[in-house]
Amino acid sequence: MKAVNLWVAGLMSLPMAAQAQTEISWWHAMSGANSEVVEKVTGMFNESQSEFKVMPVFKGTYPETLNAGIAAFRAGQAPDIIQVFDVGTGVMMGAQGAIKPVAEVLTENGFAFDKSAYLPGIVGYYSSPEGEMLSFPYNSSSPVLYYNKDIFEKAGLDVDNPPKTWAEVWAAARTIKSSGAATCGYTSTWLTWIHTENFAAWNNVSWASNQNGLAGVPELAIDGPLFVKHFQELADLAKEGVFVYGGRTSEAKQNFTSGECGILTESSGGLGDVIKSGMNYGIGQLPYDDTSAGAPQNTTPGGASLWVMGGKSDETYKGVAAFFNFLSQTEVQQFLHEQSGYLPATMAAYEATKASGFYEKNPAREVPISQMMGKPPTENSKGVRAPNLPQLRDIQNEEYEKMLAGEQTAEEAMKAAATRGNAAIKEASGG
Amino acid sequence: MRRTVFPNKVLPWVLLAPQLAITLIFFYWPAAQAFRQSVLREDPFGLSSKYVGLENFRKVFADPAYLNAMQVTVVFSLLVAFFALGIALFLAVQVEKLVRGKGFYRTMMIWPYAVAPAIAGMLWLFMFNPSFGTLAYPLRLMGIDWNPLLNGDQAMALVVAAATWKQISYNFLFFVAGLQAIPRSLLEAAAIDGANRRHAFWTIVFPLLAPTTFFLLVVNTVYALFDTFGIIHAVTSGGPGKSTETLVYKVYNDGFVNLIMGSSAAQSVILMVIVIALTAFQFRFIEKRVHYG
Repeated sequence: MKAVNLWVAGLMSLPMAAQAQTEISWWHAMSGANSEVVEKVTGMFNESQSEFKVMPVFKGTYPETLNAGIAAFRAGQAPDIIQVFDVGTGVMMGAQGAIKPVAEVLTENGFAFDKSAYLPGIVGYYSSPEGEMLSFPYNSSSPVLYYNKDIFEKAGLDVDNPPKTWAEVWAAARTIKSSGAATCGYTSTWLTWIHTENFAAWNNVSWASNQNGLAGVPELAIDGPLFVKHFQELADLAKEGVFVYGGRTSEAKQNFTSGECGILTESSGGLGDVIKSGMNYGIGQLPYDDTSAGAPQNTTPGGASLWVMGGKSDETYKGVAAFFNFLSQTEVQQFLHEQSGYLPATMAAYEATKASGFYEKNPAREVPISQMMGKPPTENSKGVRAPNLPQLRDIQNEEYEKMLAGEQTAEEAMKAAATRGNAAIKEASGG
Repeated sequence: MRRTVFPNKVLPWVLLAPQLAITLIFFYWPAAQAFRQSVLREDPFGLSSKYVGLENFRKVFADPAYLNAMQVTVVFSLLVAFFALGIALFLAVQVEKLVRGKGFYRTMMIWPYAVAPAIAGMLWLFMFNPSFGTLAYPLRLMGIDWNPLLNGDQAMALVVAAATWKQISYNFLFFVAGLQAIPRSLLEAAAIDGANRRHAFWTIVFPLLAPTTFFLLVVNTVYALFDTFGIIHAVTSGGPGKSTETLVYKVYNDGFVNLIMGSSAAQSVILMVIVIALTAFQFRFIEKRVHYG
């Protein structure tokens, strides 16, 4: 009799336990120090309440995570939340039936959703053309200039004032090389993101038609005169051996941390590795081209955002909403910002960090925020979007590499990148 | 001859079932999916799909990048097969000449085969990376402008070297076995007739090794075509430009990076045809014409 009772009790407790805790899966691409931050915030959320449990799963690099998500969706096994990098934003936006807008998830579950609470540069990037916020900005970054203070001193350059314009960067880089302070003056990660997309926004020139693709199918304008001038300067520096090419993504960071190059332009999210290398570094704003009338305008965010997949249960969405609400709390945002070097997503977190005196101790950490928020964005500087941005970047990288190898001029490279890119856009948007 | 007849009709199928299931699930089903996708135009999530017939194939063949990938693949495969066979044969012949320590050399030679392609790629990358490579530095000192990140020919040389290095062990093993099968009496007879070592090698050893060489040629070609993805991915990712983008790498890049499913599927169907043709070629001609032992 007793045994039967226990058995019945056991049976009854099963559905109770399932009801008590809804599990929410979150696929992410954060490795190293940033993955510890993921574990920490989910742990904090799971302890803060007992109704939901967020389960983070590491899925590899950004493209790998996106692919895993797509494959899982096709197999009907999509996660509840997936972290997608900036470049994949267009892909996710095109997948109308596969995703559920974040704004909808939040309001349907009774959370007040105030768009103005978020940093405008970031919220604009992750919103639909109609202005609805589609994904949750988890980690945003912005490109900045890092420089090696020891090399600057050896070369006789001003250690406290990093170069502000590209012309100054070229001059400083040449001095570094000719003075023998280092074998390479300047290097950069992500020629596409930094020298093309952010270059356009920061100098207020068009990257593509239709507000850089935010308002419709874009037609690339990267063969414009300012781009050609800029890349020809870069190609000339490469020929002189002053600029060293590191690779298509963030490989060039090593050329800087190893002490080979004196100046680097890289994501603000790359700060961790620079600190880890133990060098005497400084940070400055992303340089601009002073021949452009609108420069400096504002930079655009990179990084990644969290997308909610469609077709899940109401209970799941309730949990996702609660989790996002938790993530947007000022203390949590502040924690994320200070721990990871990524930007805070909300204004309140930015103000709180400022009030805490964090930026006085770490002035460099405010640079990516102030350069993104300096001016209200124009239609050239809200970000870029295309249904096939990864492919466009691939094409650009190929043409840039041929240019840096001396096989073609900057004009030829930019023209080819634009023509090939436009053909690919036409193909991808069903033309 | 008496035919053996098994009375049980069910048992053979039951015994075959696991193998058949594996073949069906892991080979035929994905192949069928590739065929299906190759005639569709689909968004990455598969939300909308449209039948487009052979349109994807037409586009693939009209794409200059695809023709470039074909050219790259042919150059890459020929170089890898040539060097992997040539070096392995040379080493096998040298080891055969040894009187002592044969076993030790053989064992050491086989080791690289156990290294995963991606790891092999990383090893070569670390040795030849222009900024921190241990061997890139002496190259620079020798006055060579070593920069595989921008120089396409150097990048090709690097992936060929990595792919060759990994395949030499395998070829070496087969050549050693092939050399042992050559009757010593033939070589002794040649020596009595006054043939020097070189002469004996080209007129006796090399022709007698033909079956092994042909077999290895096909195996190496297939290896260079399909198993070198990991090396290329780790070392160059198809760059600079498109100078090391092989057919297999392009399937990956178009499908999994650029998310163009239809084109990627059409390309994998083309690859399937190439493999079938190569296999048929091997069975039809090589297996028939070459005499074993």
